[in-house]
Amino acid sequence: MTTILPRKDVVIVGLGWTGSILAHELTDQGLDVLAIERGPWRDTATDFNIGYAQDELRYSVRRDLFLQPAVETLTMRNDPSQTALPMRDFGSFLLGNGVGGAGVHWNGHTWRFWDSDFQIKTNLTKRYGAARIADLQVEDWGVTGAEMEPYYDQFEYLAGISGKAGNIKGQLQEGGNPFEDPRSRDYPNPPMEMTYAPTLFANAGRSMGLHPFPTPSANMSRTYVNPLGITMGQCTYCGFCERFGCANYSKSSAQTTILPVLMKKANFEVRTDSEVLHVDLAAGGKSARGVTYVDTSGQEFFQPADLVLLCAYGLHNARLMMLSGIGRIYDPATGEGTVGRNYCYQTNAGVQVFFDDKNFNPFIAAGALGQTIDDYNGDAFDHGGLDFVGGAGINCIPTNGRPIGTRPTLPGTPKWGSAWKKATVAGYKSTLGFSSQGSSSATRTNYLDLDPTYKDRFGRPLMRMTFDFPDNDIRMSNYLCDRMEEIAKTLGGKQYNVGRRKKGWDSVPYQSTHNTGGAIMGTDPKRSAVNTFLQSWDVPNVFVIGASAFPQNAGKNPTGTVGALAYRAADGIRNHYLRNPGAPLVQA
Amino acid sequence: MRTLAAGAGAALLAITPALAADQADQIIRGQYQAVLGDCAGCHTRPGGKPLAGGLSLETPFGALVPPNITPDHETGIGNWSEIDFRNMMKTGVGHDGVRLYPAMPYPAYTRMTEQDISDLWAYMTTVEPVANKVEANQLPFPLNIRLAMWGWNLLNFSEAGFQADPSKSAEWNRGAYIVQGAGHCGTCHTPKSFLGADQDSSFLQGASLQGWFAPDITNNAQSGLGKWSQEDVVAYLKTGVNAHSIASGPMAEAIENSTSKMTDPDLKAVAVYLKNLGSDTGSAQAPKPDEARMVAGEAIYRDNCSACHGGDGAGAGALFPTLIGNSIVAQGNPETLARVVLAGSQAVHTTGAPTTPSMPSLAWRLKDQEIADVLTYVRGSWGNSAPAVSSDDIAAVRKELVP
Repeated sequence: MTTILPRKDVVIVGLGWTGSILAHELTDQGLDVLAIERGPWRDTATDFNIGYAQDELRYSVRRDLFLQPAVETLTMRNDPSQTALPMRDFGSFLLGNGVGGAGVHWNGHTWRFWDSDFQIKTNLTKRYGAARIADLQVEDWGVTGAEMEPYYDQFEYLAGISGKAGNIKGQLQEGGNPFEDPRSRDYPNPPMEMTYAPTLFANAGRSMGLHPFPTPSANMSRTYVNPLGITMGQCTYCGFCERFGCANYSKSSAQTTILPVLMKKANFEVRTDSEVLHVDLAAGGKSARGVTYVDTSGQEFFQPADLVLLCAYGLHNARLMMLSGIGRIYDPATGEGTVGRNYCYQTNAGVQVFFDDKNFNPFIAAGALGQTIDDYNGDAFDHGGLDFVGGAGINCIPTNGRPIGTRPTLPGTPKWGSAWKKATVAGYKSTLGFSSQGSSSATRTNYLDLDPTYKDRFGRPLMRMTFDFPDNDIRMSNYLCDRMEEIAKTLGGKQYNVGRRKKGWDSVPYQSTHNTGGAIMGTDPKRSAVNTFLQSWDVPNVFVIGASAFPQNAGKNPTGTVGALAYRAADGIRNHYLRNPGAPLVQA
Repeated sequence: MRTLAAGAGAALLAITPALAADQADQIIRGQYQAVLGDCAGCHTRPGGKPLAGGLSLETPFGALVPPNITPDHETGIGNWSEIDFRNMMKTGVGHDGVRLYPAMPYPAYTRMTEQDISDLWAYMTTVEPVANKVEANQLPFPLNIRLAMWGWNLLNFSEAGFQADPSKSAEWNRGAYIVQGAGHCGTCHTPKSFLGADQDSSFLQGASLQGWFAPDITNNAQSGLGKWSQEDVVAYLKTGVNAHSIASGPMAEAIENSTSKMTDPDLKAVAVYLKNLGSDTGSAQAPKPDEARMVAGEAIYRDNCSACHGGDGAGAGALFPTLIGNSIVAQGNPETLARVVLAGSQAVHTTGAPTTPSMPSLAWRLKDQEIADVLTYVRGSWGNSAPAVSSDDIAAVRKELVP
């Protein structure tokens, strides 16, 4: 028995970063907006309470804030010849849950992708020839860096990013990233106070002719009032960002930047603990009528709405499209279908340098407090003599010194027992780590679809993830590891250890929650699921907003670009779509 | 508020066009009187229909429930005349001679002008009538006999208009009129006699009620507004936040419903008046607290408080209130301070300060003695010199919170 509810102008699925941004923008436009959130309500004082927010066992080890696999999981395999099996625990990536979504428990690295990332296919073809990317399924985004700039600016000022501009309107800025695209103005806040390890890393890089700069951070370097009038507090460098909510209003999230204003609006409502099962389409499948959701008592509701915005995590956006019949599911055998196409990830590797004579006090930290070297990222370097495309940011960002998880030991140390304990005591304060955050290239056989066998608790098919690191990306990562080894040698120390990326993606050890693609944007409805305003090609009153829209992933964290795309979608809806509701904003 | 405006609009349709403009003006003026008087603060239940009856008020004498004052004939004041309303506001005697208890602040409202009361009545008649029966009088015998209020009034009350002071500016007098009259600031901030009447000699010098201590709001340098500028007072009343404090408890509600909606000139007038109110009590420096307790308190402060309020107690803007010279910290009576630590508190949402940061409850984390020590430390540090707090003070508040 489904209860039919009174209609809304807009229904938003998921109240994280993108849902909150769209809700704020569209309520400002005067629309009546409802957000439906699968997880619970979450609020700083009650859920990230200063008295227990820094409970490593509860939040990091037992992952209290994350999506539990019993609620939704995926099946996984490395290539289409295998039979996928369900992930019965999350490991390689940890998905968000509840109001604020993954934006609650992120570290706060906030990047802009470059024009050369957006126009990647055109650019790589021009520079290196089509043959270089023949094995890959590289796609342009359909937007330029210049077009995205105002939206990045909007997100960075909303979120109070701490950083140092490298290029303001074409003028290179001392101390910033010289490889970034021109930006219209500096970051809203100055960089954070630098800790010892990133300072040494930057010195080493500089001595090698590289260009280190402070990582742009969503941890506040000072008290900040954002354009909505909401105040955030200066970060205390407690080192409990990733996997934790911030108790000090110091890390940007929907809670700290939007919700205090949004929740007071008379034309906004959120229903938490309510899971959207699918988008309901009108006969013919060309327009959405609303969504069907179920609350925790099992009661089912139909919520009619004129406009449906999928603002869940990217993977969930793609699955909801598949379950709702929005667009056609990608088939790697024929290359046809767009939903699930170009699933990408992140190709990371890491280095540890062990010292005898240094004390890094790793507990003085913040999620995005560190230094980055972009000399080998994206198109910042010439790939002419190389056998790959793409690159990585090299980051020295010691995010924390939490006691359970921070146990660096020399290679060859036993994994347990008194020798291990002794080694962790020696290694805790004196180990410097840094890593490459590598780009992820799309291929024909890395994709998402629905699993033929396994179902969720409502009987809906699980999503199936078919993924392995492409050979191109392994070559890229090895090249970056060689460069990192040079930095490690320059840093000195008694020993170093390079952890290289290998083929055979393993879903167990944590790697990155930067899952991208599955509902990618573009200019060709045959090769993209949404247009450049993130509007579904197939069902124009549905927008699909998030990292699901990335045609491939760059060597950078995705949140800055996710926020910018959310503002772009909001702009498209406010200034174009509403003039002619239901019509496509872009003619294919 | 939107509902109120809609109600006013609907009523306007029913009157003749010639009268409409004048009457609309009067209704709008009356609506502002309802803001000044914060009628909704008591008579509207959270989430309930406007003015259809509020939450029970726990007075020292027993429970009183603010009644339904919508124009509903059965359960509201639909049968009242303007004269009934005027007499109630001026004398505490309502329709059919029913005597009100002074939880309804008629001892303050009596200072309102006939015109302001008439405007307020014009507005009250336009509120959406709501059928909601409220049993206002829940006092125990013999206090529940309303006739007793005849005697109370004889002892404690006299009908009086506002007495302007010609030696002061018009602005001062406007401020005094709001504070003493419609604003009824003294209802919370003035200490009460054993009969529950205002002690006029201690006007606005701070009082305890409903588990909160409403602080001294005279210009006293130690416990009052002495360190606040006029602009600080205006910012506090308008946004709930200023450089010295963030509103909590019943004042947060008063700001949300009332003062944040007052006009800027009226807020300035209130500030001018309050800043001119001298009081000489409580200015003595408290004796230096015991050193061992200061040391213990500082350690607790570092572990539990400093992440937000700062190692130096300076806080952070509109987010974390400064503890230096903070009026809640500075009161002789630590009730509100203890309550905020035990139960937590959330800042009020206003257009000027929308963040609504929260202080979490620490009742589960700190023992009475620990809270007493840390508050003693806070009250004796950074230039603060409020008296030490005992664990019994904390225990008393904790008992109120967890009966």
